[in-house]
Amino acid sequence: METYPLLEKEKLKELYRKMLEIRRFEDTVFELFGKNLIPGTIHLYAGEEAVAVGVCANLRKDDYITSTHRGHGHCIAKGAQLKRIMAEIFGKKTGYCKGKGGSMHIADFSVGMLGATAVVGAGIPIATGAGLSIKLRGTDQAAACFFGDGASNQGTFHEGINLAATWSLPVIYVCENNLYAMGTSQSAVMRIKDVADRASSYGIPGVTVDGNDVLAVYNAANEAIKRARAGKGPTLLECKTYRRRGHSRFDPATYRPEEEAEAWLKRDPLPRFRTQLLETAALTLEEITRVEEAVSAAVEAAVQFAMESPYPTPEEALDDVYA
Amino acid sequence: MSTLEADAMREITYCDALREALREEMLRDDRVFLLGEDVGKHWHGAFKVSRGLAEEFGEERVRDTPISESAIVGAAIGAAITGMRPIAEIMFGDLSTLAMDQIANQAAKIRYMFGGQTAVPMVVRMPFGAGASVAAHHSQSLEAWFMHVPGLLVAVPSTPYDAKGLLKTAIRNDNPVMFFEHKLLYGMKGSVPEDEYLVPFGEADVKRSGKDVTIVATLFMVHKALAAAEALAKDGVSVEVIDPRTLTPLDTETIVNSVKKTGRVVIVTEGCRTAGVGAEVAAILAEEAIDYLDAPIKRVAEPDTPIPFSPVLENFVIPDEKKIIKAVKDVL
Ligand SMILES: Cc1ncc(C[n+]2csc(CCOP(=O)(O)OP(=O)(O)O)c2C)c(N)n1
Ligand SMILES: [Mg+2]
Repeated sequence: METYPLLEKEKLKELYRKMLEIRRFEDTVFELFGKNLIPGTIHLYAGEEAVAVGVCANLRKDDYITSTHRGHGHCIAKGAQLKRIMAEIFGKKTGYCKGKGGSMHIADFSVGMLGATAVVGAGIPIATGAGLSIKLRGTDQAAACFFGDGASNQGTFHEGINLAATWSLPVIYVCENNLYAMGTSQSAVMRIKDVADRASSYGIPGVTVDGNDVLAVYNAANEAIKRARAGKGPTLLECKTYRRRGHSRFDPATYRPEEEAEAWLKRDPLPRFRTQLLETAALTLEEITRVEEAVSAAVEAAVQFAMESPYPTPEEALDDVYA
Repeated sequence: MSTLEADAMREITYCDALREALREEMLRDDRVFLLGEDVGKHWHGAFKVSRGLAEEFGEERVRDTPISESAIVGAAIGAAITGMRPIAEIMFGDLSTLAMDQIANQAAKIRYMFGGQTAVPMVVRMPFGAGASVAAHHSQSLEAWFMHVPGLLVAVPSTPYDAKGLLKTAIRNDNPVMFFEHKLLYGMKGSVPEDEYLVPFGEADVKRSGKDVTIVATLFMVHKALAAAEALAKDGVSVEVIDPRTLTPLDTETIVNSVKKTGRVVIVTEGCRTAGVGAEVAAILAEEAIDYLDAPIKRVAEPDTPIPFSPVLENFVIPDEKKIIKAVKDVL
């Protein structure tokens, strides 16, 4: 097992709690979707928790993130409330976007979560703009931008990162490389193995880490964010990870070779971190159990809140078009 | 032959009909090929239109691309002006916005700008439309945008019969065709002949004949208009439903003649009301048939908002049978 600079016990507990919140939340969403309680479609973050949590654990409330169609985990990691995320997924009035956004479009501006776009790659230049604003306002905030391996083939990736690099903006570009974009494997659509290699063409650092190791992500993000806050410009941080389920809805993900899936699922970031915490005696079993019970209760409460919340009235569809 | 006469034939889905068109044209012409995100053997397109095609024609002719809409359309253009007949699939019509320069500035203008030296024989296929609770980035109806660009053709099939016949025509056409496939229609069954046929561009189809009111409707709205017409028939109102089938070229003659006959018209489309398809049809009627109108022209369309997620909100914005019936009664 790799060793890392010691994190405080409370921080470790927080990392575990957040990751577990995401996992339980997503498992619950999957179950509710199966029962037809959630309209539309869902893209679950289960399996990739270490990325959002490892990155966001380095961010302050006034820092920013941008997110994707697979965004529930980003929201939770940045500190949005489970119950209001769940309510949005249900299309309820009490959801973060009053039912207008749904699973693919959650935003909580009160915690710097600037929103999830379902247009792949569209969040990249927007994060660049958040970085520009930070620079213009002269604060020491930072912005983290989450996107997939698939998104890194969009023009917005090139344009957005090049601009941030040129202007030394305080942004970290976090590529969640789960090896697939829907059914398309990374190797079918790019010649390189590491998306981080592309950083060199922008003259910025490119770092690849095991995205299923929350401490590896935490440390890499820590360095990148320090760099950003110090005015040294952006970093491209690639986190290799894997979806626990299909791309969306009930996709059985049969395009993923069995051996590959098996190997990755064995490296599930949650049991892995739990074992690590116990083996290094960072947390006791009792402490871990207490976290687990609290998380279950919080997710249950979120579901209840969402179920009991009212739908918007139809006419509310007309609100919020203009400021 | 119109859809109505096709009754006695086998029934297949809109999705199957599109696939048959792709397959037949690929068999017929080696220059025809498909490119798009996940159109190949792992996914067969987001709505399974290309099921079996990569298996039959190979990955050279059914090409999975990176998520790069601009490059998908651009590559199609480049291939089209050098001897191929590409069919580009954009996974959702909303995402055509990412390829807008390639579509509107390049594909549409290349022939004209270069003095007619070349043509751009390509099709851009796009699932689109509201009603699936997939919110503002996966639900839009942008047909009207493309009607505003000279050089582009716009096809809007509402039935399996039209889908197949129009797609085959689109593939054989020497111009860039924006081909809109409503996502709620893919599973809809309808009569499609076994024998080869084409549906010409610029020929509206009278989906139901009537004498009191004309409804001009497109895509999924054709079916809602037909349901409304059926309900209105019980009240003794005879409604004619006209489906333009292509917006560019637009069969103004059939529309104008129908309105001359009925003297009343309701235009039903998805897509925002302002500067929408209905606005163009209304303007044409104002120019060419105003003396025949016995009531103001009515439009039923989506209000000027993005498409919201929650079904309660989404159902409020999408035109439905009730709104259509009300509009018809308003002009009676
Ligand atoms: C611009 C754009 N093109 C296509 C799609 C359809 N689509 C949604 S998610 C997705 C795959 C995204 O892959 P990746 O960026 O790797 O993210 P992941 O889903 O793996 O998290 C695609 C093609 C879209 N939403 N936006
Ligand atoms: Mg991916």
